[in-house]
Amino acid sequence: MMFDDFQFSSILVSTIRNAPVLMFAAMAGLFAERSGVVDLALEGKMLAAAFVSAAVAFVTKNPWLGIMAGVGISVAIALLQGFVSITQKGNQLVAGIALNIALSGLTFVIAQYFFQQGGRTPDLGEARLFDIVLPGSAAVAGIPFLGWFYTKLIGGHSALVYLAFALIPVVHWVLYHTRFGLRLRAVGENPHAADAAGINVERTRFMAMLCAGVLCSFSGAYLSIVQSGFFLRDMSAGNGYLALTALVFGNWRPLHTALGCLMFGFFAALQVQIEGVVFPGIGKVPGSLIQMIPYVVTVIVLAGLMAKSVAPKAIGQPFVKSR
Amino acid sequence: MNQADLPRWATAFALPLLNLFSALLVAAGVIYLLGESPVESLGILINAAVLNPEGLGYTLFYAATFIFTGLSVSVAMQAGLFNIGSEGQMYVGGLGLTLVLLWLDSSLPGWLLIPLAMLGAAVFGAAWAYLPGYLQARRGSHVVVTTIMFNFIAASLMNYVIVSFLIPAGQQNTASRVFADASWLPKLNGILPVLGETPLNISFVLALVALVIYGIVVWRTTWGYQLRATGLNQHAAHYAGISISKTIIVTMMISGALAGLAAVNSVMGSTHYLNLNFPAGAGFIGIAIALMGRQHPVGILLSSILFGALIQGGFDLSLEKANIPPETFIFIQGLIILFCGAMENLYAPALSALLKRKEK
Repeated sequence: MMFDDFQFSSILVSTIRNAPVLMFAAMAGLFAERSGVVDLALEGKMLAAAFVSAAVAFVTKNPWLGIMAGVGISVAIALLQGFVSITQKGNQLVAGIALNIALSGLTFVIAQYFFQQGGRTPDLGEARLFDIVLPGSAAVAGIPFLGWFYTKLIGGHSALVYLAFALIPVVHWVLYHTRFGLRLRAVGENPHAADAAGINVERTRFMAMLCAGVLCSFSGAYLSIVQSGFFLRDMSAGNGYLALTALVFGNWRPLHTALGCLMFGFFAALQVQIEGVVFPGIGKVPGSLIQMIPYVVTVIVLAGLMAKSVAPKAIGQPFVKSR
Repeated sequence: MNQADLPRWATAFALPLLNLFSALLVAAGVIYLLGESPVESLGILINAAVLNPEGLGYTLFYAATFIFTGLSVSVAMQAGLFNIGSEGQMYVGGLGLTLVLLWLDSSLPGWLLIPLAMLGAAVFGAAWAYLPGYLQARRGSHVVVTTIMFNFIAASLMNYVIVSFLIPAGQQNTASRVFADASWLPKLNGILPVLGETPLNISFVLALVALVIYGIVVWRTTWGYQLRATGLNQHAAHYAGISISKTIIVTMMISGALAGLAAVNSVMGSTHYLNLNFPAGAGFIGIAIALMGRQHPVGILLSSILFGALIQGGFDLSLEKANIPPETFIFIQGLIILFCGAMENLYAPALSALLKRKEK
């Protein structure tokens, strides 16, 4: 490469490491939104799960217990969101924003109460989730390209990274090849027809919220017990909204959404790598401008200039059973 | 389950108050779990935010910003548009007034400079809301998603502009230079010395004027009728000869201009320079205020003062009680939005049943 500090290989590795946060959250949003519930509360669920995972992992010195506790809190919030949006037929957008704001404050307050470290948890140290070294890594490490490819690109990540990528085909299969997936999509497209066909709309939507809760918690756990090794106030930093964007970008389809997540992960990696690098003829490109690219791209997609994004038809509308 | 069978006083006052009370009850529970007395905390909060004149000055200072963001969200809601972008529009509005001031503050007198700067804020805010409005009206891109995107784009853009162009040479602080005295908004403590050294300034009076204008325009003009008709039923409004896309675009621009004007109070009335992340969530609080105030001028005023009091009183409370940091009030804000906005009909069935029983 012509620039010493600009390495394409490390951008690719960071892309793989950046993507899971978005992928878990986007897949969570996919379940909720395909059932007709707008999930603006991804951010809040991520934060709550990130805090609880980190706190429990720190106290028990066990990352797996942390992840399980994170699942619990995230599911509880998803069900509360379901109660407001499905049972109470409240405004789903408002409920989502309210939960995000409330949890941004509450996670800080509780973290401060328990740990007294300015609203963060102590460093997890050993309780951080370990990276998996693939068998035979030592043998191929010295070989050019193959060594990098096997030990850095596809190997050497935590279990959650592999889980995130494994989810893509699984979510696709659940959504398009199972009875639950068929019902889910029916309820999100035309709840009245689904109701007439004997599908319990409310129960299906609650099931979708349950899936969303479980998946979203992994995204929070990934932030705190894989990426940073502690919980920090507002550490989700807009990733919940970015995941929703990936969902819009991917037209509410699992494979395309995952591609959107990878694209955003790539731009985030690019931004870190490109900061301070002097390009011939252009000079330094500010990171804040690169940060903007995914959002601008999404607006262009939304405007229908690249592809038409079509949301599930019943999205955001509470279901009122007709008589 | 709907509000139609409830009398007006119930939907306008009883339900919001019940919801507010529920939110505060949950908050009191959390304060209790943190090991502090909710009653004592409430006492400190009310004293610091309302009873103490200087505290009241700060409460009304915060309220002035919230009235503008609340109006911004409300006017869009009247047309059935959910503008989540007030935060970004306020941020960019701050840039508009800053550019005017950096350019002219050494050469113009205050009486000319201040209105020009306000115009700058309104124009930049409106411009930032134009594209989401256009995309909603002409391309069907949902305004909720586009305004979220525009909030993020505004944050990156402002970061870039402030860091690259506005920081004076040799300074480390991510902020513009301090504006000349001519642009500082006159404070109200000149008229009311009892307020003491608070930043409460004439923009609170302007906010009250804006509330009145909003009330008149929305309920007493043809345009206001078209606005509400569009919000109630787009198809019916279309068949009545109202141009939906024009109404949407104009409404979004007005909404953006109001959000831009929210920057005037905090930037020209208090800090006197533009700094990174100055809106600090005021745009999102505007959503809460619009919902709680039911998009009505009196409701917006009262909820703005409530939120101002929560911030001012909460800050004082956090100084006295180590276990209740100011972030507790971010949590309480979220609870209020949840109860008053999303679960607004929580008590409607019970209240309706209660009233029916009385009639018999």
